[in-house]
Amino acid sequence: MIKRVLPWLFVLFAMPALAAGDGPVLLQSGANISDQASLQRGAQLYVNYCGSCHSLEYMRYSRLAKDLGLTEEQVMRDLNFTGGKFGETMKAAMPAGLGTEAIGSEDWFGKAPPDLSLIARARQNGPNYIYTYLLSFYPDPTRPIGWNNTVFPNASMPHVLWERQGIQNLRKVDEHTESGGHATGPAFDLLKPGTRSVDEYRQDARDITAFLQYVGEPAALDREKYGIWVILYLLLFTCVAYLLKHEYWKDVH
Amino acid sequence: MAAESVNHGRRRFLTASTVVVGGVGGIFVAVPFLSAWKPNAKAVAAGAPVTADISRLAVGQQMTVAWRGRPIFIVRRSPEMLAALPSEDSRLRDPQSSVEDQQPSFAQNGYRSLRPELLVLVGSCTHLGCSPKLHTEVKPEPWDSKWKGGYYCPCHNSRFDLAGRVYEGSPAPTNLVVPPYRFESDTKVIIGESEGAA
Amino acid sequence: MAGDRTTTQSGVLGWIDQRMPVVDFWNKHLAQYYAPKNFNIWYYFGSLALLLLVNQIVTGIWLAMYYKPSAAEAFASVELTIMRDVEWGWLLRYMHSTGASFFFIMVYLHMFRALLYGSYQKPRELVWVLGVLIFLAMMAEAFLGYVLPWGQMSFWGAQVIVSLFGAIPIIGEGLVQWIQGDYLPSDPTINRFFALHVVALPISLLGLVVLHLGALHEVGSNNPDGIDIKKKKDAAGVPLDGIAFHPYYTVKDLVGVGVFGMLFAFVIFFEPTFGDLFLEYDNFAPADPMVTPAHIKPVWYFTPYYAMLRAIPDKLMGVVVMGAAVMILFLIPWLDRSPVRSIRYRGPITKIALTLFTIAFVTLGYLGLQAGSELQKLVAQICTAIYFLFFFLMPVYTKIDSVKPVPDRVTMHD
Repeated sequence: MIKRVLPWLFVLFAMPALAAGDGPVLLQSGANISDQASLQRGAQLYVNYCGSCHSLEYMRYSRLAKDLGLTEEQVMRDLNFTGGKFGETMKAAMPAGLGTEAIGSEDWFGKAPPDLSLIARARQNGPNYIYTYLLSFYPDPTRPIGWNNTVFPNASMPHVLWERQGIQNLRKVDEHTESGGHATGPAFDLLKPGTRSVDEYRQDARDITAFLQYVGEPAALDREKYGIWVILYLLLFTCVAYLLKHEYWKDVH
Repeated sequence: MAAESVNHGRRRFLTASTVVVGGVGGIFVAVPFLSAWKPNAKAVAAGAPVTADISRLAVGQQMTVAWRGRPIFIVRRSPEMLAALPSEDSRLRDPQSSVEDQQPSFAQNGYRSLRPELLVLVGSCTHLGCSPKLHTEVKPEPWDSKWKGGYYCPCHNSRFDLAGRVYEGSPAPTNLVVPPYRFESDTKVIIGESEGAA
Repeated sequence: MAGDRTTTQSGVLGWIDQRMPVVDFWNKHLAQYYAPKNFNIWYYFGSLALLLLVNQIVTGIWLAMYYKPSAAEAFASVELTIMRDVEWGWLLRYMHSTGASFFFIMVYLHMFRALLYGSYQKPRELVWVLGVLIFLAMMAEAFLGYVLPWGQMSFWGAQVIVSLFGAIPIIGEGLVQWIQGDYLPSDPTINRFFALHVVALPISLLGLVVLHLGALHEVGSNNPDGIDIKKKKDAAGVPLDGIAFHPYYTVKDLVGVGVFGMLFAFVIFFEPTFGDLFLEYDNFAPADPMVTPAHIKPVWYFTPYYAMLRAIPDKLMGVVVMGAAVMILFLIPWLDRSPVRSIRYRGPITKIALTLFTIAFVTLGYLGLQAGSELQKLVAQICTAIYFLFFFLMPVYTKIDSVKPVPDRVTMHD
């Protein structure tokens, strides 16, 4: 019977991997949320470049301090430009605009910048999506904001990190030379270098990605550690229970 | 059917082991459920210390701020008020503030405060929680012909002096609570946090 | 008179026993409930399902302490309050979401056992019927629960499933608005779904489980050989092939709990979303009636039926077929005409039929997860046909199929 069931169990556990991914080709982010230094850098970059428009309405400053190994003073000085209290959540610096009293992001960009607390969990391969997105801006004069992005075509967002990455052009791909089967993704040519080298900018993108991955699920920092102990305990319990079971059943034929 | 000898000793041992191991697991499982009842981050954030700006507080006046859902009275006392405090000792239930739960150690003095002139109290009568009213004027009052200034609670007639100490004969059993607090500067008081402790 | 019952117990237990037959109950259902001694792996899933029911109730109660059943607050109450602010809240949430999926895994395997060994045959038809009612209640409970976090999939799933009722002629549209309490799934919908999910259905489920076990204990358990152990008893009236449920199956089920627990813990602590299967990506975005997700799909345990719904071109017929696929389960005790219970002693036709049925069901489940192409639709139609033929032809093939001689006594694989 078990032999009959086993193949199906494999199918079952392989199902997540079988889920076909459609959409843009995504690069591997390499983001690692257990790298606290990466999270700290990512937090800094996020607050400086993203946080003016994008809120993190499910992340409290106090939680950030605890998880990133920072003091209240450090967080309030370096990561809080919205004036919120330490226990409050991270609002965007710019008001939302359109329909509210202040002129804000939706007035400027036509679309309200979404909250990014859960962006890493709301998409398949969220971290890879974010990472590739940050790497995929190119100038596009046909767009009102002058930028476009191959991962999110016609996004309303400008390339906030252009000073660091520099400006890259989208290489036009000749249809006939496209390799059949595997899409390798778009290619870019660096027009004007930024303050960071190619590798340094990738690290920036990786740090922001790791930070957003952490923000998506702060509990992920610890849950695997707990899991190991729980499973070890259950292993012990199963062994003891089995000895008890065997003691009763050894004489049943 | 199974009439062979049953090793009761071993059965008892193995059963006990299983129960013990299982019991330990049960305790571990209980931890998340019990911890989940603790005040969560939002409650803790809402209960965080508050800053009171006393720069505009005149002598003889009281301001009220909210901390953890309770009114906090801050009074700037005059030298006369402070001088009159010891003379009331004989009429008070706990003139030396010996009930320790009612104030931090820094307030276990004659003024029940960190700095003599500034009184900080939780504005909640220690009888049943009504908010007592400040009456600073030294004159006979309906509740006390020898009134020297202090707090009168209208709900059940409890009386407290200008250091929040309870008068004998009041239904309230103890002095008004002094919350943890500290001075950020001469004009800013942080309610909810004592010096040194976070 | 009540207080005059004699009891063998002393102390507090004796005092209770004199007034309520707890010792008799203990004996009848545990210490002297004689279950067949040849239970195999397929017999773990019932007790594990019961364990999961307890898990869902306990974690559900705790989640209900923080969850806010309103359109404005629901999403934040889950993703901010429970997942981040409440200590261990994330664990409670994952235990509940993982528990729901594992509950269906256990129940599907539990039902499959019944198909393998003919556990629905006389005299256990009522046990089976009550079981199918539990399955229906579970499906309702799971659907209602999934709407509560009010993510994109909560809203759009509710939109799609409730709109199925709109397919009913004449009363359809009014019925949809009546269910929703609004022109679209919204605040009133969440609130009433919450009441049903937390109160009405759990009470019903508990009641049905009690009846299910009661009906089972009245006639006694089946076994992998499908033979009636009560036919051969010893001098004391104890079935020769029976053993006392307690302590034998209580200790055996404990081992099952341990093994199950490790799998359960692995998912909770290492793969709580299980790809897109247990917690869907789309549900990490708050509900937006203006934006439709690229692929609306139910959670995996509904996808076999969802695939059938999509395979049928006509909306009303699709609903009818989907409904019939579940309802036909009630009829199995009367469709199966075999004189033999267990698949061990049935012929090749039944074995092939069951295998094809299983492949069709799993394939439909897979297809229900996909976006759906013309080819997939065709495969889904074929699998739907196989699914129904399994039942429609059952009276024929179970009757004509060969049978092997059924042993007198149970066979044990030590």
